[in-house]
Amino acid sequence: MTNSIASDLEPVGTPGPVRIDSPVRRVAKEFVEDPVAVVGLVLFVLIALIAILAPWLAPQNPYDLAQLDIMDGGLPPGEVSFGTGDTYWLGTDQQGRDMVSAIIYGLRISLVVATMSLGIAITIGTVVGVTAAYFGGKLDSFIMRIVDLQLSFPAILVALILLALLGRGVDKVILALVIVQWAYYARTVRSSAIVERRKDYIDAARCLALSNRRIMFRHLLPNCVPPLIVVATVQIAQAIALEATLSFLGVGVPITEPSLGLLIANGYDYLLSGRYWISLFPGIALVLTIIAINLVGDRLRDVLNPRLST
Amino acid sequence: MIVYLVRRAGQSVLAVVAMAVLVFLGVYAIGNPVDVLINPEATQAQIAATTQRLGLDKPLWQQFGIFLGNAIHGDLGTSFVYGRPALDIILERLPATMELAVVALILSVGLGVPLGVWAGLRPHGLAGKTIMGGSILGFSLPNFWQGMLLILVFAVLLGWLPAGGRGQTTEFMGLEVSFLTLDGLSHLILPAINLALFKMSLIIRLARANTREVCLQDYVKFARAKGLSGRRVVMVHVLKNIMIPVVTIIGLELGSMVAFAIVTETVFAWPGMGKLLIDSINLLDRPVIVAYLMLTVLIIVTINFLVDVIYSLLDPRIRLSEMKG
Amino acid sequence: MSRLLEVRDLHTHFFTRDGVARAVDGVSLSVDRGEILGLVGESGSGKSVTGFSILGLVDPPGRVVSGQILFDGQDLVAGGEGALRHLRGKRIAMIFQDPMMTLNPVLRIDTQMIETVRAHVDVSRDEALRRSREALVAVGISSPDERLQSYPHQFSGGMRQRVAIAIAMLHKPDLIIADEPTTALDVTIQAQILSEVQTLCAEAGTALIWITHDLAVVSGLADRLAVMYAGRIIEEGPTSRIIAAPMHPYTRGLIESVPHGKRHGALLSQIKGMTPSLLKLPSGCKFRPRCPRADDACTPEPPLEAARPGHSVRCVHPHTESRIEVPTT
Repeated sequence: MTNSIASDLEPVGTPGPVRIDSPVRRVAKEFVEDPVAVVGLVLFVLIALIAILAPWLAPQNPYDLAQLDIMDGGLPPGEVSFGTGDTYWLGTDQQGRDMVSAIIYGLRISLVVATMSLGIAITIGTVVGVTAAYFGGKLDSFIMRIVDLQLSFPAILVALILLALLGRGVDKVILALVIVQWAYYARTVRSSAIVERRKDYIDAARCLALSNRRIMFRHLLPNCVPPLIVVATVQIAQAIALEATLSFLGVGVPITEPSLGLLIANGYDYLLSGRYWISLFPGIALVLTIIAINLVGDRLRDVLNPRLST
Repeated sequence: MIVYLVRRAGQSVLAVVAMAVLVFLGVYAIGNPVDVLINPEATQAQIAATTQRLGLDKPLWQQFGIFLGNAIHGDLGTSFVYGRPALDIILERLPATMELAVVALILSVGLGVPLGVWAGLRPHGLAGKTIMGGSILGFSLPNFWQGMLLILVFAVLLGWLPAGGRGQTTEFMGLEVSFLTLDGLSHLILPAINLALFKMSLIIRLARANTREVCLQDYVKFARAKGLSGRRVVMVHVLKNIMIPVVTIIGLELGSMVAFAIVTETVFAWPGMGKLLIDSINLLDRPVIVAYLMLTVLIIVTINFLVDVIYSLLDPRIRLSEMKG
Repeated sequence: MSRLLEVRDLHTHFFTRDGVARAVDGVSLSVDRGEILGLVGESGSGKSVTGFSILGLVDPPGRVVSGQILFDGQDLVAGGEGALRHLRGKRIAMIFQDPMMTLNPVLRIDTQMIETVRAHVDVSRDEALRRSREALVAVGISSPDERLQSYPHQFSGGMRQRVAIAIAMLHKPDLIIADEPTTALDVTIQAQILSEVQTLCAEAGTALIWITHDLAVVSGLADRLAVMYAGRIIEEGPTSRIIAAPMHPYTRGLIESVPHGKRHGALLSQIKGMTPSLLKLPSGCKFRPRCPRADDACTPEPPLEAARPGHSVRCVHPHTESRIEVPTT
């Protein structure tokens, strides 16, 4: 009790004017109180913009073979092209590809895969989770059995085996990520929906003969949004890392559409011979992206879960 | 207690069967099993023989029976590449993976628990914040990237340790192990650290959060009010309480360590079953893939089962309620 | 002979993100050997923090800022952790509010008792076990051997509190600080525990500080009462005098808000308003905003002064009539 002394008591006297902010405003206000999280957010927005604007930002199109000059192969950072005289700020790979451009395009593919799988997995997970919480009983325990079973196996293993059987491809990576991620969302949504489900107003809504769908999505779902956001930020960072890992292992995206993970893998063989830049810089881009998302996610968790903050 | 054990064992068997069904469906129902399981270079006669042996001409449910029957007898198909039973090839690689996983587990627990408790006792100190910052990095950076950095720093730039391979091995209790020779040990260090970092970060976070929570409990204050030394309060009263969640996570993570070893083994060219899996995927040696999957599922499910049993032994409250229930 | 415990001008503050909460702000009190002091106040008045301060068990962000705590002539604030540890459990013991939370759930009772014995005296495990068993018998626990082998969750709340009391009594301490030890229990169990503690303390000559918000509980037990409000003692004196003739308007309010047989049917009076936030205390007398007698004279904070022999009060306008008037409706 000693720690709650200060919060136990309300001041006496006339209460000052209280402004009631909307939840979004409150979250935004508290979010910006942590400068580290703001740095993370700015970094993430920047990275996302770079990925979106890749075709306009990249000095060359790294996959247009006509633009590549084999003479420029394996140049270290800061060297000048033999042909065009452009500076390769981050060096080139074996085919003479500008690493800046390769990273910008690679970032784009990494983020596309992660956000697409995130969107699909959230949709599936939410529908399944709300359904389980709303109907309860046998259906609920059956669904949760599947979720538990799925979550008891490491995501990397499941994704790897799926891709081993399906083969490479951006669509297949997305499918694999959806399959390993939907269960997290289903569990999150279900656990917050079930708390809400037990409240009296849901029974009241039922008495009013509102349709099941309306109760589920208009009443239960909004209460699941804060935890869902927290899980989603963690999961999108995980998805990016997982995709990079899969591509690194050679079962992810195809050679023609290299993500950051594949760029790292391609440069890996040259790492030992001292051409570190082919692998290192895509790696740094990957790591910055993941750290930025995690910084934002950590802060969101504190802000959306006042119970946990001390 | 026995009722609980039997029920829990039943769940485990169910999980294995469920995974077997999924693997079976993946191979037989979605793909063409003739393509998946029979060597593309086989002659017409060989194809016919295998088709007959696996019962591929029979209805699906009978095929499943044959698949399950063979699996129980340890027959998970024959490797295209090696021409030998897939399970044998995997089992040969198992000790290397297990050595790596066990050493990594010891590292992650041996360092993770003390660091986490330390950070939990002094959450606002510099050390506590540094430990947490480090664990966030260890937690969020992809495993293969951490491994590459380790190689870049310790093998390429400093040249202290080898970049890959297993080094010299010796026989120990009938198994080939690395950790008993200096050469083997030098090959083991980097991969083991790589595999340990992620788990260690998890354990640090968990131990820290639990330490903080336990320290606020009245029973810790009461223990101090009894005049116990700070050492005893931490080592007995705090540690015993945080060990319950930590043991759970350690157990669950041991299973996933086998899976994560795939990445570490690939980065460090460690000749374990994870590296074998990636090689087999690249060579389209599907019987090995299927055998790997079944074996890993079995290992993970078994570990989860054992963890639950240990968990119930550790926490007297669980033990009682489960015995009643 | 010096007093057993003398607290002088104790200040314990909590340094929170929102500011400094002065949970204990200039408390002075004393306890003689074998005496029972009732420390009364609402939650947040600083009574528990006072108790924890004496044992040096204030958790961060809280800390004893200044003051003296003299135990048997030795200053515990200046002595530091080392000196305190040897007193804790041996000469000063503590009993906590919630018996469900005070025993470690994953350790058996014998472990938790034996470690207490062996923390202070160098005896064998068997001897420690024997003493533990004796202590359990003394607090009225039947089949102690079986109980020693049990885990806390196998006990009822009253039983756990008995075990906690047995642990506190293991070394026959000079002083026990009891922080609302009966609040979480059923009324019948409360009475049993109360009388047991009273008997045990009388037998061993143990002094007792009984911290509570419940005047009814403490009035039958304590020799003297100290009433706390907003981190200060506002009235202090013999129990009988304070109950019969409270001088501070707050104490009076507290007593009148307890149902009483003689005032059957009368409306219970209540104290208006809420306890102030420790972060934003009013100037002057801290009870001023809620006090029916407050006026400009209350703006400089009044000192705690003896109004009658052995009875002090911190008020400019104390009640002086000897009896509480029965309010009529």
